[in-house]
Amino acid sequence: MDDLNQSLADDLDHAFPMVVELMGGRLYWGLRRMSGSHQEAEDLTQETLIRAYTALGGYETGRINSLRLEPWVWTIALNLGRNHLRDRARRPTFVGLLDDAAVSDTDPAETHAWDQRLTGLSRAQRTAVVLRHVVGLGIEEISEITGRPAGTIKADIHRGLNRLRTIMEEEQ
Amino acid sequence: MTIEDRLARLIGPAPDGLAEGVALGTGLVEGYDLYPSAIGTVAVTFNPEGVSSLDLAESDFATRFTSRTGKGLIRAEAPSAWRRHLPTAIEAGTPGRVPIDLRMVTPFQESVLRVTTQIPRGEVRPYGWLAKEVHRPGATRAVGSVMARNPIPLMIPCHRVVRSDGHMGNYSLGGPHLKLHLLEHEGADPGRLERLAEGQVRVQGDPATRVFCHPTCHVIRSTAESDRVDFRSTEVAEASGYRPCHICRPV
Repeated sequence: MDDLNQSLADDLDHAFPMVVELMGGRLYWGLRRMSGSHQEAEDLTQETLIRAYTALGGYETGRINSLRLEPWVWTIALNLGRNHLRDRARRPTFVGLLDDAAVSDTDPAETHAWDQRLTGLSRAQRTAVVLRHVVGLGIEEISEITGRPAGTIKADIHRGLNRLRTIMEEEQ
Repeated sequence: MTIEDRLARLIGPAPDGLAEGVALGTGLVEGYDLYPSAIGTVAVTFNPEGVSSLDLAESDFATRFTSRTGKGLIRAEAPSAWRRHLPTAIEAGTPGRVPIDLRMVTPFQESVLRVTTQIPRGEVRPYGWLAKEVHRPGATRAVGSVMARNPIPLMIPCHRVVRSDGHMGNYSLGGPHLKLHLLEHEGADPGRLERLAEGQVRVQGDPATRVFCHPTCHVIRSTAESDRVDFRSTEVAEASGYRPCHICRPV
């Protein structure tokens, strides 16, 4: 990531597509598992990356170099409220390919099943479980992103996984 | 397989179109869409700030745009906040509710272009009028080159700006024949204007009110052409006891 930070500091416009490449899928699928909605995940992913670009444009080189990009981008994603939809109306929209069929989903039935299962968790549990086990972030990073103590995150993950096991047992 | 293993497989590549959506949203590339107009299909480019350019669609507009701005261009829909106003703006020849992005031009160029948007449909003004309106009365030639490089013709109606001798002059969007076509389409009668220019008529006065106007001003249009008094300059009109119209502020 350090090389990428340096590239972003040197030439943001040139380097930013690499952030999109690197983070796009992780953001989308993480948000998709948290929200259970393709449309919401797609909107939030796009909005998060646009805000990240705007923010980086205003940062000093030193600040960009010291950023831990992935937790920073996830912090933006989780802070975005519902009012992000207002800004969307002011942006050009890419035509075509934005429906559910365009998502590179290898197993739509499995995706739907997990969307259902994850709705059985509390919001905090779902966020923690998805960031830890789907996106693969560490406890400290999740703590930084959500602003909650590491111990609480661990407990949320533990309870969330137990809840998921119960839900899956009930399915059988 | 443990539940942790199953969760770890729930990630995949980004959906198609995400990179394009982000590029459009940041303005790293611009979007374009095609619209009908009185002079054929036009390509309109836009970014989150508004419309940035307009060009004839049959020409190599994308290459021209990229060489001028250094930005890529992809087919897109204009922002939904003002998309529905775009066809009206193109037909009416004024931005109206459509935001225009003039960050690429100098403050002088921007002020000239903004004043140009105030020329009413069906009327024309000479370059010298624009120069005076932006408080640079000597800058007639500079105003001419701003018109020649107008990034958003039609919506910024440079076709309503004519030479200071009254002749119709050139047009950057496809040539002078399209300027005449547009003026006719808007009801300005370019043939009549060329005849007035030939006769060295710059302004016309109404003997009843003793007010003089540009020959297309809607104030003088309520007076029959045969009743109007022709003048070859504003100085002659004023020396004859006429005063300038407050609406068209003739030069």
